[in-house]
Amino acid sequence: MAAFLEVEGLSKHFGGLHAVKDLAFTVREGEIVAIIGPNGAGKTTAFGLISGFLVPDAGQVRFRGRSIVGRRPHEVCALGIARTFQIVRPFPGLTVLRNVTVGALARHPHLRTAEARARAVLEEMGLAAKSDRPAGGLTLAERKRLELARALATEPVLLLLDEVMAGLNATETERFLDLIRAINRRGVTILLIEHVMRAVMSLSGRIIVLNYGERIAEGPPATVANDPHVIEAYLGEDYAGAAQS
Amino acid sequence: MKWAWLVVVALLLALPAVLSSYAISVFILIFFYAFLGQTWNIVGGYAGQLSLGHAAFVGIGAYTAAILARDAGLTPWAGMFVGGALAALLGAVIGYLGFRFGLRGFYFALLTVAFAEIARIVTANVETTGGALGLYITFTGDPRGFQFASNRPHYYIALAFMLLATGVTAWIERHRFGVYLAAIREDEGASEVLGVNSFKYKMLAIVVSAFITGMGGTFYAFYYLSLQPNTVFGIPLSVEIVIRAIVGGAGTLLGPILGSFLLTPLAELSRAYFSRGGWTGVHLIAYGALLIGVVLFLPQGLYPYFRRLLAWRSRS
Amino acid sequence: MDLTLVGQGLLNGILFGGVYSLMAVGLSLIFGVMRVVNFAHGDMMVWGMYVALVLAERAGIDPYLSFVICAALIFLLGALVQRTLVQQIVEAPHAMQILLMLGVALVLENVALVIFGPDPQRVQSPLTMATLWFGPFFVDMARLATFGVAILLTALLYLFLFRTMLGKMIRAAADNNYGALVIGTDVNRVYVVAFGIGAACVGAAGALVSAFLPFQPASGLSASITSFNIVIIGGMGSLIGAFFGGLIVSIAESMGAVFLSPSLKEIVSFSLLILILLFRPAGLFGRRMT
Repeated sequence: MAAFLEVEGLSKHFGGLHAVKDLAFTVREGEIVAIIGPNGAGKTTAFGLISGFLVPDAGQVRFRGRSIVGRRPHEVCALGIARTFQIVRPFPGLTVLRNVTVGALARHPHLRTAEARARAVLEEMGLAAKSDRPAGGLTLAERKRLELARALATEPVLLLLDEVMAGLNATETERFLDLIRAINRRGVTILLIEHVMRAVMSLSGRIIVLNYGERIAEGPPATVANDPHVIEAYLGEDYAGAAQS
Repeated sequence: MKWAWLVVVALLLALPAVLSSYAISVFILIFFYAFLGQTWNIVGGYAGQLSLGHAAFVGIGAYTAAILARDAGLTPWAGMFVGGALAALLGAVIGYLGFRFGLRGFYFALLTVAFAEIARIVTANVETTGGALGLYITFTGDPRGFQFASNRPHYYIALAFMLLATGVTAWIERHRFGVYLAAIREDEGASEVLGVNSFKYKMLAIVVSAFITGMGGTFYAFYYLSLQPNTVFGIPLSVEIVIRAIVGGAGTLLGPILGSFLLTPLAELSRAYFSRGGWTGVHLIAYGALLIGVVLFLPQGLYPYFRRLLAWRSRS
Repeated sequence: MDLTLVGQGLLNGILFGGVYSLMAVGLSLIFGVMRVVNFAHGDMMVWGMYVALVLAERAGIDPYLSFVICAALIFLLGALVQRTLVQQIVEAPHAMQILLMLGVALVLENVALVIFGPDPQRVQSPLTMATLWFGPFFVDMARLATFGVAILLTALLYLFLFRTMLGKMIRAAADNNYGALVIGTDVNRVYVVAFGIGAACVGAAGALVSAFLPFQPASGLSASITSFNIVIIGGMGSLIGAFFGGLIVSIAESMGAVFLSPSLKEIVSFSLLILILLFRPAGLFGRRMT
């Protein structure tokens, strides 16, 4: 099966710090893959490298067989890759509808059409009632949904989600899980960074674990949970020996 | 709402019949500065890139048309477009340097000031432009030379310029261009992720703005019939441009117009009143105080209040 | 090329650099501590000049003595502006800060215009008459005194910032605002003092050049722009950068006057500014800003 997204030998350092070192993994079309790892493991940096925000010092990123290294973020979006931000970045002075319309305009240059598409997405995300509110006045959960709505409006085939579950309560988390599964069922491949283990375990078909910028484990959730390297990374050496096989 | 526009425009068209020559001249200034504020609005208000050197575009348009008329016999009606094109070229240079190298906020503002100042100094030291003494256009009153016997035609032309700039801005607002500019203004990085080529749209904004501003420069030259580098490239003119848009409401369609209708008569009246007593500059003190007041208390300008007023009026 | 001319230009550039440095150091201090760009900087300098003028004409005090009073008065002006206006917009977006300070600049410039009129003025001082000769080069006492006092004031400022408690608090607030708050620094007081000192620097600079540089209310804006040029070239937020930036820009302008023409000398500093903005926006000595 042809790889949908391929990362090879990816490296990025800031000053003396190697944020990402020789990172390699693939994502197949239709998958939900999670990237986990302790804070500072390089997960968001990896997203930045894939989505065009950062230029790698070395390595390759291939999407559908074509290299996308060095492409600007808007070009990456045009290719069908959308991302959300760890700390949500709504356009605070614009209405909720306008926010999503910006995304929809990527595929529908005509403003009327884009707005109609935006309304449809807002409906699906349960934000239709807030369409005319300024985005700055939403609650955190609503802003997260807005961020997701905006990304969806660009009609991506690959969605990069950066810690969308952070700060949500149990109900909101459930809702998001359903949303993400629904999006995936529609054919959108999903690569997500997450700390909320429940989300990671129940959503992902495959998990990639990073530590200090390198991949230390990979596999289905059950395997990764019991991997001594993973346990060591999160809890320290002492616990690694206690891993059950 | 559309019919309200038509009524206002019709009113403005009919006004010169009942106004004195002096009043007409005040309206000319109101329209012209509203026009300048509106073209600035595209870059400074909608795109959110603070330009403090817009006078440079006025100056280029003005001098270009004047020199072409004097040395090549080119009618300013055509020279206007050449002036606009050259101004657009400068806009492209400033935009390229600023945006390619990621200059924002204060740094971008300073870049625009630097270019305006360079233009001013160069113009003041070159013979073709008349140097520091300036360039004087002989009065012929010939319409083919963009001159008229009375100031009434100037009134209509200034009004046309204001409507042109407003029309362009309205078009931008209602199309993808405007939505993208607003997104860039709010959060450039986030907009990029949503497919907005922020460099391209910022460049478009400054080039369009510069072109139209440059055209207006021609009006300036042939209305005043004299050009001095310090006046036409100077920071005071850039401030006059910016302040109307800010006070009226940057990033809104009516903002610069509101601002000009409020500030221009104020400036003219205070200039007329105070210079008799030798107190030139008092209106600028008022400008300064107004800027301070707007920033502290009305950061969105007067437009939100104006809109609320209209909404209240239409409900009652 | 007449080497004497070049040498003289170099000498003049260095001497005037002292003033540029003082102006820039004041601006850099304000920016470093509050991240506010003082668009009224040059107008405060002009007010320093006018205060020196009044003191000279009414009280017969030579500007090379009265600069102390000028500094003190402009300090109060700066502190007042900070306390009433700047304090409100420390967190505001850059554009708003610029516009506010532009408003202050307009008010300052035009109040001066109303009170003193538009004609260029100069302050009388016996030092402008005296000239020293070093071989083929001459130095007039006024410029030499200006240079000396400017350097002295900069040194005093350095001592203040690095040897006194208040100075250290100011530097701490500049370096790490949040951290300074955490350890209980009265940040508001620090802001007022820092702005006041920044203003005092430029007020003193004004008094020091008032004897040989004709000034008028409109000089304010161009003095502000010169200060910005220097600070950006030297490095925003870096006091050393401001100091050396002042010398570099002054020498560059002087050379521009010698090799091009006196009226084109500003083009040199603007071109330098554009180059720095494009290729090294942090400035020659600055730290990379996030």
